[in-house]
Amino acid sequence: MIELDAERLPRPVASCYSKKLSRRSLLKVGATAAGGLALAVALPSWSNAAVKENDPALNAFVRIEPNGRVHLTIPSIEMGQGIYTAMSMLLAEELEVDLDAVTVEHAPPNDALYANPIPILRQQTTGASASIRGFWRPLRLAGAAARLMLVAAAAKQWNVAASACSVRSGVVLDPSGTKSLAYRDLLRSAASQKAPAPDQIKLKPPEQFKLIGKSPKRIEAADKVSGRTQFGIDVILPGMKVAALAISPVMGGRPKDVNKAAALATKGVRQVVTIDQAVAVVADHMGAAKKGLTAATIAWDDGPNASVDSKMLVEQLKRASEGPGVVARNEGHFEEAFSGATRRIEATYELPFLAHAAMEPMNCTVHVRKNSCEIWVGTQIPTVTQAAVAALLGIPQDAVVIHNQYIGGGFGRRLEPDGTLLAVQIGKQVDGPVKVIWSREEDIQHDIYRPYYYDRISAGLDAAGQPVAWDHRVCGSSIIARAVPALFKNGLDFDAVEGAAEPPYALSNILVDYVRAEPPGVTTGFWRGVGPAHNVFVVESFIDELAAAAGKDPVEYRRNLLGHNPRALAVLNLAAEKAGWGKPMPAGKGRGVAVQFAFGSYLSLVAEVALDEKSTVKVERVVCAVDCGLPVNPLMIDAQVQSGTIFGLTAALRGAITFKDGRVEQSNFDTYLPMRIEETPRIETYIVPSAAEPGGLGEAATAIVAPAVTNAIFAAARRRIRRLPIEST
Amino acid sequence: MTYALKINGTRQTVDVDGDTPLLWVLRDVLKMTGTKFGCGVALCGACTVHIDGVATRSCITTVDSVGDSSVTTIEAVGRTDLGRRVQEAWLDLDVVQCGYCQSGQIMSAAALLASTPHPTDAEINDAMSGNVCRCGTYNRIRDAIKRAAEGKQP
Ligand code: FES
Ligand code: FES
Repeated sequence: MIELDAERLPRPVASCYSKKLSRRSLLKVGATAAGGLALAVALPSWSNAAVKENDPALNAFVRIEPNGRVHLTIPSIEMGQGIYTAMSMLLAEELEVDLDAVTVEHAPPNDALYANPIPILRQQTTGASASIRGFWRPLRLAGAAARLMLVAAAAKQWNVAASACSVRSGVVLDPSGTKSLAYRDLLRSAASQKAPAPDQIKLKPPEQFKLIGKSPKRIEAADKVSGRTQFGIDVILPGMKVAALAISPVMGGRPKDVNKAAALATKGVRQVVTIDQAVAVVADHMGAAKKGLTAATIAWDDGPNASVDSKMLVEQLKRASEGPGVVARNEGHFEEAFSGATRRIEATYELPFLAHAAMEPMNCTVHVRKNSCEIWVGTQIPTVTQAAVAALLGIPQDAVVIHNQYIGGGFGRRLEPDGTLLAVQIGKQVDGPVKVIWSREEDIQHDIYRPYYYDRISAGLDAAGQPVAWDHRVCGSSIIARAVPALFKNGLDFDAVEGAAEPPYALSNILVDYVRAEPPGVTTGFWRGVGPAHNVFVVESFIDELAAAAGKDPVEYRRNLLGHNPRALAVLNLAAEKAGWGKPMPAGKGRGVAVQFAFGSYLSLVAEVALDEKSTVKVERVVCAVDCGLPVNPLMIDAQVQSGTIFGLTAALRGAITFKDGRVEQSNFDTYLPMRIEETPRIETYIVPSAAEPGGLGEAATAIVAPAVTNAIFAAARRRIRRLPIEST
Repeated sequence: MTYALKINGTRQTVDVDGDTPLLWVLRDVLKMTGTKFGCGVALCGACTVHIDGVATRSCITTVDSVGDSSVTTIEAVGRTDLGRRVQEAWLDLDVVQCGYCQSGQIMSAAALLASTPHPTDAEINDAMSGNVCRCGTYNRIRDAIKRAAEGKQP
């Protein structure tokens, strides 16, 4: 359920609506081959790549066809977060067309046109909950620019002032309201209008919004309820074969012995391909490929990582966490304040390796030709993937064509090119196109895992129980150093400390540092919620510990530390009010709270748990208050709160990837357990009306739910959980 | 070995080993990709189809076990009034996110409503527990099943 107070519609705020656009912003217009209008908006700060003069007409963001259909090429990829709908809304709002007049297309790889401008990305990447944050202005600008040109064309035809004309649903009306011209009849003359300078374009004030802030439904839903949506795994090409895959169970291992003859004797099997770290059986259909793979009875040479196990990895991290670390934040004098404190509290927190386990298993279809390569894959990083494939094959980047696809759940897994590179290595040996599909076991056992973290945290309290010193040491592997080395500066991984370095609270004498420790035999990567998904658990659990030590109510304690932070305070108050904070609960039940600022959004979440005689935890209710700035689509916001909560809750309760003899011990949904319908709590979303810049929301709830639940367990049973998952302790 | 299958009202002949899972016959041989692969071992429900109206995991159903039974997939579930009602309820409540699990969810829900027109929460749990959604659409799924149950019978 969602609640948004419609009476308190957002008011414009200066930072959002009068921001000066760069003078160098580019707005390009051209006629399409079919006689339509093409429009590209590009801001030079988006990426380092230059926009080529002739690109926009071909790859423009926005294209209006002679039949009046508006085509929007979406830079981000749809993987459930609702971005195709939200982006269409932003465009349609300013273009003044109905939402169903917009058709969306997956964007080809092109950083110059489609890079997300936000500083931590600056490439065509769908991640960091940044799509709305990055494209909110450019898309509206594109819509407004096209509208202005279409109106100017009509005004010219009527010989009236453009400013006196109006537009409704793609039809321009003259000042008297008697004459009208549809966009489709204005395309040719609009294309010859001068594009307005971006800083001359006035975007709509919020009180005129027709779509933004409303809850139109997902534009691609009809296809998704009828099995028509094409995900990467559904790609079918003429002459295509399918391949089943076995990757070395130990990282760095190789196939030693493969019974190719037995595999080839299987009906439907065409070929057995061996590459460095894997074996693929290529067949007419997956049934045959899998059967052939079993028949191949592969023996592996495990290589150097055969003795890796979880106990050893955690021991190593624990030792590493003793420091020293690289300072992320240092204000005041922690040591002095800590030793002078009335009470000193210290704790360690641990979070496990996690797999993504999206419902659509990893897959990629490739057609490797002599000097080129064509790829069909759902990817969050089309340009990075394109470059990686080009490097692997030793061909120019533009010889690699990538067709992005709908993704059946990304959660960060598709932020890596590994699956595509593997498919290309296989495809190199196959004549014609081949679709490589990972089994669920391969998908879970050869994931790129959320790092294991071993954090140390301590605080000093004064006589009144207020924190006067705060020290948080984050210890774990660095995803940034591996995946985006250019952003790994002076030994500091900004993602690893996100949510730790800047907690929402007023904390003086604060020292936050980071120790990088790489686990051998394990590759780690981004997982929904990224840095905050680990740090918010540590910080919010520890704040709860401090409240308990001070003998204060957890909400009251937080309120006292949020006086300087009105938006955080407001979500906390709203969540507490809606949850009925303070109302007595029966024995065995408890409420826990958490507060978070991440991805540009403020959240507060209250969880209610019940413990049975065996201390099994059941989460019964979740109340989430959200201030994500101006809410673009409340229905989607609620969907992301539901989704993020369940994703985070699943992990908090029982998510863990463990290693033994170099191998991942979990393999399918019987050992890496997803949450199911009967365990799902009631989840209530309350949206704070706001006119601030929109924040991201795809990952926020995932990050905040764990500490709210463990704090609730503490409230119910005085049991403090400092190591996730909950069911392991 | 060839098998003549009755799928969505049409006879389709395929030439595969008898132990080939129906899932791959549908997806790779007949090129009907609406039915999804999620786990391969009956743990996720993504591959759910109806066999003689019963929700069945096609990933563990071998082609030689189908015989003369009628197979219905997501591509055709909307041809019945009940199936269409389920799809419409899904749209009304904007259930889907990534959508990958939803073919299976809808097939399970349609089979449930066919046998139990007004399911209780417990009956919904029983029927839908085998269908995993990693996007966490469960609350809207429950509401959509109830909405479809309220819909008028023809
Ligand atoms: S693929 Fe059949 S139940 Fe998962
Ligand atoms: S909608 Fe994505 S797995 Fe269910």
